[in-house]
Amino acid sequence: MGKIVQIKEVTFLYESNDQEEALRALKDINIEIDQGEFVTIIGHNGSGKSTLAKHVNALLLPTDGDVLVKGLNTKDEEHIWEIRQTAGMVFQNPDNQIVATIVEEDVAFGPENLGIIPNEIRKRVEDSLKIVGMLEYREKGPHLLSGGQKQRIAIAGVIAMRPDCIILDEPTAMLDPSGRKDVIETIKKLNKEEGITILNITHFMEEAVDSDRVIVMEDGEIVLEGTPKEVFSKVDTLKKLGLDVPQVTDLAHELRTEGIELPEDILTVDEMVMELCRLK
Amino acid sequence: MSIKIEDLTYIYNPKSPFETKALDRVNLDIEDGEFIGLIGHTGSGKSTLIQHMNGLIKPTTGKITVGEFVMTNEKAKLADLRKKVGLVFQYPEHQLFEETVYKDIAFGPKNLKLSDEDVDERVRESMELVNLDFELLKDRSPFELSGGQRRRVAIAGVLAMKPDVLILDEPTAGLDPKGRDEILEQVKFLHEKYNNTVIFVSHSMEDIAKLVDRIIVMHAGKIELSGTPKEVFRQSARLESIGLGIPQITKLMERLREIDTDFNPDIFTLEEAKSEILKWIRSNKDA
Repeated sequence: MGKIVQIKEVTFLYESNDQEEALRALKDINIEIDQGEFVTIIGHNGSGKSTLAKHVNALLLPTDGDVLVKGLNTKDEEHIWEIRQTAGMVFQNPDNQIVATIVEEDVAFGPENLGIIPNEIRKRVEDSLKIVGMLEYREKGPHLLSGGQKQRIAIAGVIAMRPDCIILDEPTAMLDPSGRKDVIETIKKLNKEEGITILNITHFMEEAVDSDRVIVMEDGEIVLEGTPKEVFSKVDTLKKLGLDVPQVTDLAHELRTEGIELPEDILTVDEMVMELCRLK
Repeated sequence: MSIKIEDLTYIYNPKSPFETKALDRVNLDIEDGEFIGLIGHTGSGKSTLIQHMNGLIKPTTGKITVGEFVMTNEKAKLADLRKKVGLVFQYPEHQLFEETVYKDIAFGPKNLKLSDEDVDERVRESMELVNLDFELLKDRSPFELSGGQRRRVAIAGVLAMKPDVLILDEPTAGLDPKGRDEILEQVKFLHEKYNNTVIFVSHSMEDIAKLVDRIIVMHAGKIELSGTPKEVFRQSARLESIGLGIPQITKLMERLREIDTDFNPDIFTLEEAKSEILKWIRSNKDA
């Protein structure tokens, strides 16, 4: 399987006028992401995860090291539009990403800028809205939609560009539980059914549970990496980093300290019920 | 300070195609010193409800009594009400505007026409309450602080008004787990210290379950449920049906009760679940 994103020994410094030393937001990061993979990055504020995300579509360029998207180096200015078309980005605040006054016009904005012919644009807008389950809202004003719906419109706008990879920077942080669920379902669908590579950045651990790989960042470095089960079994490490683990994982961990024989990698309620019944 | 809401209805954009009934004959009593968790998903009417409590909007019909103060559609002296009821909006850090942290927090008390010494006293006190170092931060621009710090500056600005009723609209939204836990701790500390009436608006059942005396759940402009956290959590099926996420622990205990009805139905914290499951496993082994 091809590597869609390659991050090679990337270091990034934020220069600041008042401070003597520049802030090292990323320290020698290496990540390779396969085509079609679903990767979740977690870490608390200031851990460098957003800085990393912005490297993938060339919003930021590495101080040291290289980022390759589909083999193209983000430092190569002539490839920048191709890179941004390959790797689309969705941000935290849906209100900051919507540009038009009608939903379908907003989704059409990207493809229009690519100079695509109107018939094709119409088709793409329809397809994209269908995928995110918002087709019936095509003629509505975005201001009449809920946060979760707006975020799905923002995602549709990115899909209309036909990217291979979508980077989502805390797309659910400002949403309520039902909005969050809709957006996460949409992201999973894009990955499973459309084969789009997903790089999801989040605080919410339950969003990481279904991904192929979880990367935990702290202070500009990768501190843990593996399948969700591998990562979440490190309950003590995650807690020390100030991160949450799913409640049942935490509970299983607590029960283990009391001598109950439970596996360390329980993530869901179903698994917990099954394991407890087995003990009976 | 107590709050009494009688038959409150509020309609947005009346007599237009966008007419929406945001609140539908709401009745609610909040006692002095009560710590309330107000839950509901977007569009349930919770923000509309709290905006009534400090007079940002007036009822279409119905009546609100806050302490001595009565507000209906016709009469209201809103400035008095706003001194009593402090409202911390969602993303309050977006409302910071002054050059320094000190000036931003002092803005409210200054408008109360307090003396400079009193203002100074209030700024110091409120910064201490939210755990911000006065000497270190007072002359800094609020815009060079971290997100969590900025939010605490904004909350300090409301606390400096010494409100009798403190309303916080999703104060932890967008914060990481560490920032969230800090804010939760401080709200709890504030309530314990001053025993003021606190209304904490949240989407998250986990956050408020451990904190509050009473949970009020709103749905479609009405009060759907009201009771102690235990009473409300017992209605988990109803909570899920109106689109509220319920904690994994609650779900787990419910599933376990289906298997063995001896499980205590009133469990919603991790610690309680742990001891209940231990008890269950050990009793099974003895049997």
